[in-house]
Amino acid sequence: MFDLTGKNALVTGASGGIGGAIAKALHGAGATVGLSGTRVEPLEALAAELGERAHVLPCNLSDGDAVDALPKQAIEAMGGLDILVNNAGITRDQIFMRMSDEEWQQVLDVNLTSTMRLCRGVMRPMMKARWGRIINISSIVGTTGNPGQVNYAASKAGMVGMTKSIAYEVASRGITANAVAPGFIATAMTEKLNDDQKAAINGKIPAARMGTPEEIAAAVLYLASPEAGYVTGSTLHVNGGMAMI
Amino acid sequence: MSDIADRVKKIVVEHLGVEEDKVTESASFIDDLGADSLDTVELVMAFEEEFGIEIPDDAAENIQTFGDAVKFINEAS
Repeated sequence: MFDLTGKNALVTGASGGIGGAIAKALHGAGATVGLSGTRVEPLEALAAELGERAHVLPCNLSDGDAVDALPKQAIEAMGGLDILVNNAGITRDQIFMRMSDEEWQQVLDVNLTSTMRLCRGVMRPMMKARWGRIINISSIVGTTGNPGQVNYAASKAGMVGMTKSIAYEVASRGITANAVAPGFIATAMTEKLNDDQKAAINGKIPAARMGTPEEIAAAVLYLASPEAGYVTGSTLHVNGGMAMI
Repeated sequence: MSDIADRVKKIVVEHLGVEEDKVTESASFIDDLGADSLDTVELVMAFEEEFGIEIPDDAAENIQTFGDAVKFINEAS
């Protein structure tokens, strides 16, 4: 099950903890992967670790022209593009009263607009192939909200509405579009928290622990697989029961 | 009928699964041949591939009938 041999997957934010795990999972299932991100070094380290079938495709997602060019670069490097995983995201946390236009715009540009541009860029090849998988990494806070994250939560909720609308339009062409909404995941970012902070977070999670990047990657792998062909427009929540939605 | 018109008709018949005699000069892809908006985008993609041309979005919006398509491609190729 979940064999991706012969499929080509583009993963944004592949230099991060979750993106790296997603790339590894898809690669492990036989896919050729295009690793995108802004920091070249970790991308190259990951490509070296994966060996064959891995391509480094640096891209600054706040640059609209660069984002528009990325699907073409991915197709040139890999020979096709069957799976798109929009995983890259940034935060600019700030209480709402103090949130600047810039903090709002940066987050919307990278998290939502670049996702839209990449989805649009892969439509044509996927329509021609009559097969495609779009997986957008949203967040639990897109549904629940979160203080200090008005911009981030808006961008992640926006991704869900966009994903559903795309799913409607192209379902008859063998293309699915789904979202994965992680809860608290243990990454470099959460390692900075102290034990008390970690305990407070874990206390809110029925599973009593943070999730792992591999647990997000497994959800993405499922949605990317041929077996998930009848699943579209859905949001798969992976959050240890923190929000049962 | 010109060679171009024959090739365009073949694409339309294959893509929309309609009878050849329904594809007349004034036949509208959407109103007469049962295409949806996504079909019209795909038809334009197929024309681009068949004739090695590029059809910009604003021109594509004006290609609504079989006759429109043949006329555009005649002028473009």
